[in-house]
Amino acid sequence: MAKIITVTSGKGGVGKTTTTAAIGAALARTGDKVVVVDFDVGLRNLDLIMGAERRVVYDFVNVIQGDARLPQALIKDKRLDSLFLLPASQTRDKDALTEEGVDKVIGDLSRHFDWVICDSPAGIERGATLAMRHAEIAIVVTNPEVSSVRDSDRIVGILDAKTLKAERGETVDKRLLLTRYDPVRAARGDMLKTEDVLEILSLPLLGIVPESPDVLKASNMGVPVSINDPNSAPARAYHDAALRLKGEDIAMETPRQRLGLFGKFLRRAA
Amino acid sequence: MTLWKRLFSSTSAPQARERLQILLSHERQVLGGSDLLSSLREEILAVVAKHVPCEQDNVKVRLERGTPMSILEIEVEVRGNLDIGISKAA
Repeated sequence: MAKIITVTSGKGGVGKTTTTAAIGAALARTGDKVVVVDFDVGLRNLDLIMGAERRVVYDFVNVIQGDARLPQALIKDKRLDSLFLLPASQTRDKDALTEEGVDKVIGDLSRHFDWVICDSPAGIERGATLAMRHAEIAIVVTNPEVSSVRDSDRIVGILDAKTLKAERGETVDKRLLLTRYDPVRAARGDMLKTEDVLEILSLPLLGIVPESPDVLKASNMGVPVSINDPNSAPARAYHDAALRLKGEDIAMETPRQRLGLFGKFLRRAA
Repeated sequence: MTLWKRLFSSTSAPQARERLQILLSHERQVLGGSDLLSSLREEILAVVAKHVPCEQDNVKVRLERGTPMSILEIEVEVRGNLDIGISKAA
C-alpha cells in the first residue's frame, strides 16, 4: 500500500505544483514507484511543470466518469521509469470530481504505487478538501510572508477536521516546507526567519527551499526542479526533503547567504 | 544611501511576526470554537422559530474570549413588529 501525501497551502502561487513535481521526481529517483495526481480541475498545471502537456489523452475526470481506464490516463515520465502522472481535466465543471470517484481512484493507485502525491488546488473549496481527504502526510507549503503563513494556519485547521484520518479520530502527519526563502533578506530582518514561521505555525520542518532562478528555469523546460540540475540549491533541498519523507534522518541544511565583500561590510554596519 | 538606510531604518520582519501572532491567536479561537457556536446558533434558532418567524441569518452568536471573563453575545433579529407577541402576553 502506498503512502498518500497531499501538497497543500491554502494560498496560491507558493509552490505547490513545483513541490509536487520535485518531491515526486526525487522519490522516484530513489527507485520508488510514484504517481503525482493533479486535483486542480479546470486549471491543471502539473502536466506542464512535468513536461507532459502534449501527452495528455485522458484525465482524472475521464477515469471517474468511466470514459477511460486508470492505466490509460496515467502518463509515464520521460526521464524516470517509476514516475507517473494523473492529469486533472480542463473541464470547467468543478463538481466533476466526486467523493466516491476520488476514493476509488486513490484506492486503485495506492495498490500499485509506493507513493501517491496529491497536488491540491489553492483555496479551501471542494477540490482542496478532496485532495487532502486521503492524506496520511500533508506537506504544507509556505512562503515566509504574512498572507501565506496565515493561510497555512487555516489549512492546518482544515487538515485536522476534514480528512478521513480526522474522521477516524487520528491526525494527519503535517510537515512544513518553507519555499522561496531568501537567507539574505531574512538575515537583514526584512523577511520572516525559519524560526519565526516554525514558532508561529508549530509544525515540524520538512525542508527549506531557497528562492532561486533554478526553479523558473526548470519550469520553463518542463523538468521537475529536483532533477533538472541535481546540484542546484533547490534540487538539493527537495532531495533532502524526499529522503526525510522516507524516514531518513538528514541534517537540515539552512540556505546560507553568499555575501560579497560589500555585503559583509553592510551586514557589519547594520 | 543604502548604508544610510541600513544604519537608521528599522526592519520589517519583527512586525510581520508580531502581527501574525496576534491575528492567528484570535483566528484560532474563533475558528476552533466554531462547533460550539454553530450548534448554539442552530438550537437558539429552533427555539425562537417556534414562536416568531425567524431565519438562520437572523441569529448571530459571537464569543469574545478573555480573562477573567468571556462574553457570549447573542443577537436575534426578528422581522416585523413584535408588539403582537407582547400584547398577547399581557
